Amino acid sequence: MLPSTASRPATAHTGQTKVPGLFVGMLRVFEHNLISYRRMWLTLASGVFEPLMYLLGMGYGMGSIIGDLSFRGDVVTYAAFIGPGLMASSAMNGTLFDTTYNFFFKLRESRQYDGMLVTPLTIGGLVGGELSWAVARGAIYSAFFVLTLIGLDLAEPLHALSAWPATLLTGWAFGAVGATLTSYARAWTDFDIMELIVQPMFLASTAFFPLTVFPEWAQSIVWATPLFHAVDLTRALALGTAGWSDLVHVAYLVVMGLVFGVLARRRLSRLLLE
Amino acid sequence: MTLVTARTGDPVVKAHNLVKLYGEHRAVDGIDFDIQPGETFAMLGPNGAGKSSTMKMISTVSPVTSGELRVLGLDPAADGRRIRARLGVVPQEDILDMALTVRENITVYARYFGLSRTEARHRADELLQFVQLADRADDQVRPLSGGMKRRLSIARSMVNNPELILLDEPTTGLDPQARHLLWERLYQLKRQGVTLLLTTHYMDEAEQLADRLVIMDRGRIVTEGTPRSLIETKCSRDVVELRFGEPALGTDDPDDGAARAETAAAHLRLRSERLPDRVLVYADDGDRALAGLAEHDVSAASTLIRRATLEDVFLTLTGRTLVE
Ligand SMILES: Nc1ncnc2c1ncn2[C@@H]1O[C@H](COP(=O)(O)OP(=O)(O)OP(=O)(O)O)[C@@H](O)[C@H]1O
Ligand SMILES: [Mg+2]
Repeated sequence: MLPSTASRPATAHTGQTKVPGLFVGMLRVFEHNLISYRRMWLTLASGVFEPLMYLLGMGYGMGSIIGDLSFRGDVVTYAAFIGPGLMASSAMNGTLFDTTYNFFFKLRESRQYDGMLVTPLTIGGLVGGELSWAVARGAIYSAFFVLTLIGLDLAEPLHALSAWPATLLTGWAFGAVGATLTSYARAWTDFDIMELIVQPMFLASTAFFPLTVFPEWAQSIVWATPLFHAVDLTRALALGTAGWSDLVHVAYLVVMGLVFGVLARRRLSRLLLE
Repeated sequence: MTLVTARTGDPVVKAHNLVKLYGEHRAVDGIDFDIQPGETFAMLGPNGAGKSSTMKMISTVSPVTSGELRVLGLDPAADGRRIRARLGVVPQEDILDMALTVRENITVYARYFGLSRTEARHRADELLQFVQLADRADDQVRPLSGGMKRRLSIARSMVNNPELILLDEPTTGLDPQARHLLWERLYQLKRQGVTLLLTTHYMDEAEQLADRLVIMDRGRIVTEGTPRSLIETKCSRDVVELRFGEPALGTDDPDDGAARAETAAAHLRLRSERLPDRVLVYADDGDRALAGLAEHDVSAASTLIRRATLEDVFLTLTGRTLVE
């Protein structure tokens, strides 16, 4: 039995019909991920719980030793201090995981992207869709964080909510960097190098200590790292002390996301359309 | 080289002096061909001949280095998306999504072509029937056998009702039954007016399916024609196959039976070809050639006289076997 021509999609067979465009392409890639991950909700769930464990363990455990801290002149509990910091870090980790390990797998191992590109999907749609998915995944993690901050009374509900968009920006900026770096990776072991950069950045990012504990020379180094901007912005919003000066953080992350987004797109065209 | 044009009308694919460079390496080195609507066109050639490279350029995922290429009347560089919307592609290696079920592998791809979810599901069920995988629709892809994966790839390539399907070695790894099923399905598509471009290492497949074919070697087209016309014009009618006992490894001893057969053939003014396991002697009258060889004291362990095939055409033209 031959597939009936009755089911022939209206889009096929005529030269001037509408072909799905960039935005639709992104949506399809997103949907593709959604279906793939439907059976992997456990993987997703682990991403929610890990940073929460940090918050409970460090925030309350260490917090009882450290006591209160001052952030921009306000005195806050240690848990309230690290909560937003961990929220920003988990947004980074969520997207980085997708745009590094998962991206590499589909790019080099399963070569799935090659298969997706013999459809009307373009490289722009592919990169945009994968990045949006990564950001959405990070956004789910940070949404749980927002609820936790509110539930544990570590932030005013409205302030906690206002910090949520900052984690989307964070996820996008780091996702674009992750995708770009992954395009240079040749083997799985190359990601060890990335861990060597990410881990120290995480520890020094002011997620756990205020910037002022560092000596002056080290402060400027920390200030230059992207995670510092993500943490400081998220914390300022969550603790309700955000001001115009925080736009510097926004600008840093936006520029990072744009520059690396364009780079990732260019790199992938070179790799996939050779 | 004469162009055997099957039908008139705008060609579905038209290549003129098409070149593909990978760095310095000329994977495709200036080829000309056209594929007419409804035609089944085959590309043969040894490993590395440039078949897949040509297919990738046609499917717009590999930029043309130089020369002209038109697919469905459009320019791949400018109209890639529009071309791909009307194309079906079965790559040489199956690229299936292991995180999805068999059916989802089709429905998810259908969405990239703009089908609604209902249409996609309907289409997937039809196509799975078509390649006889309906009973595996809800299974995971990983445990499928190689031949089943291949059939799924083929089903997936048809999700958008393509006008042109590119099949890169579609039957490699299929058992004879699956291969015949596929041939039959390709015939059906052909009857429906779908244009097919396929590569293969199997001569019988090319003879069975192709209206026209090209033989490629080292990035160039060596010859072009219908399977029959190539056999008739490029090769002798008969081929005598002579097999000898195990030759000593790496020796070219003139006493060696194979070498003696080659000399004898030369004396008889017959062309011969020495393969690792046998010697082929080309002659229009196989029986007479065999008798002549016997007169020259050629005694093979076994002999066979058969009609020439496409494989012999290829050997004649390039001195190499198709499957290396
Ligand atoms: N992405 C690539 N980068 C560099 N060289 C390539 C690339 N793809 C193919 N080549 C080279 O181009 C030449 C032609 O390769 P191609 O895959 O087109 O051959 P083929 O005719 O399909 O061979 P086979 O029968 O083995 O599939 C080969 O020498 C190959 O090494
Ligand atoms: Mg090939």
